[in-house]
Amino acid sequence: MTITLTHFGAAFVFALFASIVFGITHRDTTREMVRYGLYCFVMFLGGVFVAGWLMWLVRR
Amino acid sequence: MADSTTEKSKIAQAEPMSVMAVLAPALGWLIPGAGHMIQKRWIRGALLFISIVTLFLLGLGMQGRIYKANGGDILDILGFVGDVGSGALYILTLVNDWGQGAIAFATADYGTKFMIVAGLLNFIAVADAYHIAIGKKK
Repeated sequence: MTITLTHFGAAFVFALFASIVFGITHRDTTREMVRYGLYCFVMFLGGVFVAGWLMWLVRR
Repeated sequence: MADSTTEKSKIAQAEPMSVMAVLAPALGWLIPGAGHMIQKRWIRGALLFISIVTLFLLGLGMQGRIYKANGGDILDILGFVGDVGSGALYILTLVNDWGQGAIAFATADYGTKFMIVAGLLNFIAVADAYHIAIGKKK
């Protein structure tokens, strides 16, 4: 059985689970863990969009 | 000023030598999240387990390739180091001869990276379990 993800789907899944782990391991209180996890998630996905558009610019 | 005093007192209270300081990281490497669960951080342990195991299994499902011990290319060595971080998942994959990789699938490269990252994230989780065990973190 082969799992097929789109590029964005793969990026989303990666960002989600990496952010959960980062949030838990890099902060002390629950509130800080959730905030940092969300911050990491936004940075990961935002980075994907920024990198994508940069590549489009370079290609152009 | 107050922050550095707090940091110093945190470090002073850390107890590096204890059974838990060895057991928690070892268990946490073998089973992702177990190092936290054994120290009664159930939710953290469960979330770490779900995240790392899902990433690894997705990587396998995407026909990613598992790296074995090798003395070759630096990237192959780094791939091995990353994969080994997954503990029992890595051992299970080797034993069952999974993770052969399939060049035919476009997502296979993502799968390979997912498995490496799962291992690396588990290394971070192991370090966190150790810090909890020595009292450096709650």
